[in-house]
Amino acid sequence: MSKNFGYSWLIGGAQGTGIERGASIFINSVAAAGYYVFGKREYYSNIMGEHSYYYVRFDKKPIRSHVERYNILAAYDAETIFRHSTEALPEAAIIYNSLLKAVRLSEIPTIEKRLRNEISKKFNLEPNKLNLSLILEEAEKNGVKAFPVDYTEILTTVSKKTGESLSELTIMNNIIAVASSLALLKLDFEVLVKAISKTFGNRKRVIELNTLVSELAYNQVNSKGYSNEFNLSLPKLENNSKRYILNGNQAVAIGKLAAGCRFQTYYPITPATDESNFLEAHENIEIKEEISNLINEEKEFLKTEGSIVVMETEDEIAAITMATGAALAGARASTSTSGPGFSLMVEGLGWAGMNEVPVVITLYQRGGPSTGMPTRNEQGDLRFAIHAGHGEFPRIVLAPGDVEEAFYDTIRAFNYAERYQLPVILMLDKFLANSVKTIEKIEANKVKIDRGTILKEDELLKLKQAGKEYKRFEFTENGISPRVFVGTNNAVFWNTGDEHDELGHITEDPIIRDKMMEKRMSKLLTASKEIPMEEKLNYLPATKPEITIVSWGSNKGPILDLIELLKDEGIEVDYIQVRILNPFPANELRGLLEGKRWVDVESNYSAQLAGLIRENTGLKPNYYIVKYNGRPISLDELYIAVKRTITSEAPTRQVLRSGA
Amino acid sequence: MELKLKLTDYRTDVHNNWCPGCGDFGILSSIQQALFEMQLNPSKVAIISGIGCSAKTPHYINGYGIHTLHGRAIPYATGLKLANPELEVIVTVGDGDGLGIGAGHFVHAGRRNVDFTVVLYNNEVYGLTKGQAAPTLNIGVKTKSLPKPNINQAINPILLAFAAGYTFIARGYAYEVKHLKELIKQAISHKGSAFVEVIQPCPTYNDIHTKEYWSGKGNIDPKTGKEVPRYYKLEETGYECIITDETTEEEYLNKITNFIKKAYESGNRVPIGVFYRDLRFATYEERLSSRMPTYKISPPAKQEIADKKGNLITNIDKILEEFAI
Repeated sequence: MSKNFGYSWLIGGAQGTGIERGASIFINSVAAAGYYVFGKREYYSNIMGEHSYYYVRFDKKPIRSHVERYNILAAYDAETIFRHSTEALPEAAIIYNSLLKAVRLSEIPTIEKRLRNEISKKFNLEPNKLNLSLILEEAEKNGVKAFPVDYTEILTTVSKKTGESLSELTIMNNIIAVASSLALLKLDFEVLVKAISKTFGNRKRVIELNTLVSELAYNQVNSKGYSNEFNLSLPKLENNSKRYILNGNQAVAIGKLAAGCRFQTYYPITPATDESNFLEAHENIEIKEEISNLINEEKEFLKTEGSIVVMETEDEIAAITMATGAALAGARASTSTSGPGFSLMVEGLGWAGMNEVPVVITLYQRGGPSTGMPTRNEQGDLRFAIHAGHGEFPRIVLAPGDVEEAFYDTIRAFNYAERYQLPVILMLDKFLANSVKTIEKIEANKVKIDRGTILKEDELLKLKQAGKEYKRFEFTENGISPRVFVGTNNAVFWNTGDEHDELGHITEDPIIRDKMMEKRMSKLLTASKEIPMEEKLNYLPATKPEITIVSWGSNKGPILDLIELLKDEGIEVDYIQVRILNPFPANELRGLLEGKRWVDVESNYSAQLAGLIRENTGLKPNYYIVKYNGRPISLDELYIAVKRTITSEAPTRQVLRSGA
Repeated sequence: MELKLKLTDYRTDVHNNWCPGCGDFGILSSIQQALFEMQLNPSKVAIISGIGCSAKTPHYINGYGIHTLHGRAIPYATGLKLANPELEVIVTVGDGDGLGIGAGHFVHAGRRNVDFTVVLYNNEVYGLTKGQAAPTLNIGVKTKSLPKPNINQAINPILLAFAAGYTFIARGYAYEVKHLKELIKQAISHKGSAFVEVIQPCPTYNDIHTKEYWSGKGNIDPKTGKEVPRYYKLEETGYECIITDETTEEEYLNKITNFIKKAYESGNRVPIGVFYRDLRFATYEERLSSRMPTYKISPPAKQEIADKKGNLITNIDKILEEFAI
């Protein structure tokens, strides 16, 4: 089975020792060699010391998920091997630091008690008796090849050659692990050199040092004959297509820039902050040249470049209310947060709903409730996003499933927000936010900009001259009243969180209340009618499906890979990915699901999507596959679980529990 | 040539439901007169309020009026102003609104120096919920709806504004409408975050600091034997505190010491007028401009983001190139 999974590589070490940087160099190398990559990051809510690892899968064909197994484990500390030694695929390689063989399990304080006891039990040895040598011996018995690398020798050599102190160089243990891995895979050294350059940009000295260290690691691996002992290799592939490697945070951020978002607020929170940091780093915005020339002819004031204001606020309440203020002025505005921050934002969400303000909230879910597991994955906020707030008001909730969708759906989120004048919640999760994937292209003009109905100064003048007053909340057939930006001449309007009349003044009149409530809520019906099916859900039909998988969000990656895997075995399955969760695509789903055998796949405890489907359509899945241990669904565990539903061996509810 | 705007052009016909004799009337009138005297275009004025009696102010002013959430007026106002800096933004908040539930936002606004004006209606009670103690009520005071005397110390709004970093700090009295109007005009003209605390009797729930109390009931000047008001105007004493880049450290310490003394004055001699002006700090808008050269000419709300056909016009190719293999 392992050959179907392509290649898997795992690098681990203490947080703060360059795991992510090392992974990034590795990814750039294999990508430059023509392979598709998928990379997943697992880390503790910690800055220094706790175990962190980065998993990379690569293949000749596009891939979108991980397996909890590896072909190569690249380690420079002992803890990584204690933790991951049993996840090896047959004939896998473990690269380790030869000086650490005597490290005992009892000497690693960062391994939780529960895990320490488990490892100790597995090897039938007390933690103070169980050392790394024994772990490696056991692995070798199972067919794994353990390759000792003398990290210190390499760094000492570099220190002597360059005059850099040994302690300064220890940060380069990561590149030794990376280079040794690539040497095992027999990758052309020059590919690695280029990847180092790309990763470190214009930091010349760092590039020199990393290159030197890599060279010595390559030499060591080759001189010891390791690469001949390892049966996998990585020949360079011909690849003429343009490819990018992006994660979900970046895709959303670029989507926001493209969508014309010009005001972003945030309060620091994992795993959302990277999006805002990216935007701030790109706050000066270029406009397409051909367009800027055109506009400049029309309007002198508009220069070729724009900008986005990125505000770090005092809390999440300020984040959403500030963004809402900017939206009132006419900017496309948004904020970005995770569950705990979204909890704080709820009063602001209600106000935006009440006052029909287009504001976009990116909600990156993480393990909850409360602080939960800040750096781990979960899809536990679906019901919360749909229902957040007291009283009833319309909002649109959408959930892209991968990097590409994250980009396009971000633009759509702003379109929906402005067209229907309501808050839009764009839901992702830690898995999608932090995982990188090779993508082929981004078509910037696939989604057009739709700003809805906006009255400008001249139209308002005509209205005024006709003796009519502009009414911000004018009753209309589809519930949408023409919008005016605060500051537009020839008009004024009022907003209030109280129930209000058409002008926006407070009212408690029961008749106006009814009309205003119905006007607001009817916008959801309008949206339901207007938004095309392909934006509401993805349906991947099969000719003779054994079962239909229904899911949402980032599970898309492992599900698509699973479909391919099953196809290789001659098994076909259907897949429905619900992308708009509110207003819920009830009719569409009923049409697709009625009479089908289906399995609901979600990364939460209570199968929230299945609940929504039942609530809206009356239909109930035959099987549930859920996961809530903070780790994303892996391809291998999903394969087993779905296959059991096909063969009807599965219990109604399966809980997935893999992941370190 | 534009027609001159009349005072009535700043009023709405919305029925005003404040209690008779409410100090809010004086504040509303001061704001309207200030806008009128400055001849500000109502379509370029945004009045942002929170929750409470003070929060109804925008409904009575003809301008864009944004009545927001309890304590949150400041962040809404910040977003509006930074998205479109040509707006004249005035924030009207109550004492509980601004210094209780909204204290965090109040403080953080001081760090930014956004060019807007915050008017704090201080009547020491939560009026709209029937008179509970506000953060500005002194310890030991028992206004009429409190079951027991207030057990908390009071916040000093002037000193809090100073510590937070507001660059214009003043105090007015709701029934000194002309004086208050002048303060508001100065606050609006100030480049940066201006704070105006307004002492305001609540005729319904504050039976201690009433209009009569402030006008001097029982406060006899021993020289004349006449009742004198319990407030006085700072400018009449020759007080001034302006900090500039030229101010030496010694001058600064002197000025600040004086300022703090004034800010602490209470009891029968409460100062009103301008307490503090700090001209050393750039506004937030200027800080943004220094990082984003086009911010001023095309701020967020004024930027084109699509062509006429709805094609997006942002050039993301260069950004994507950072991620190209």
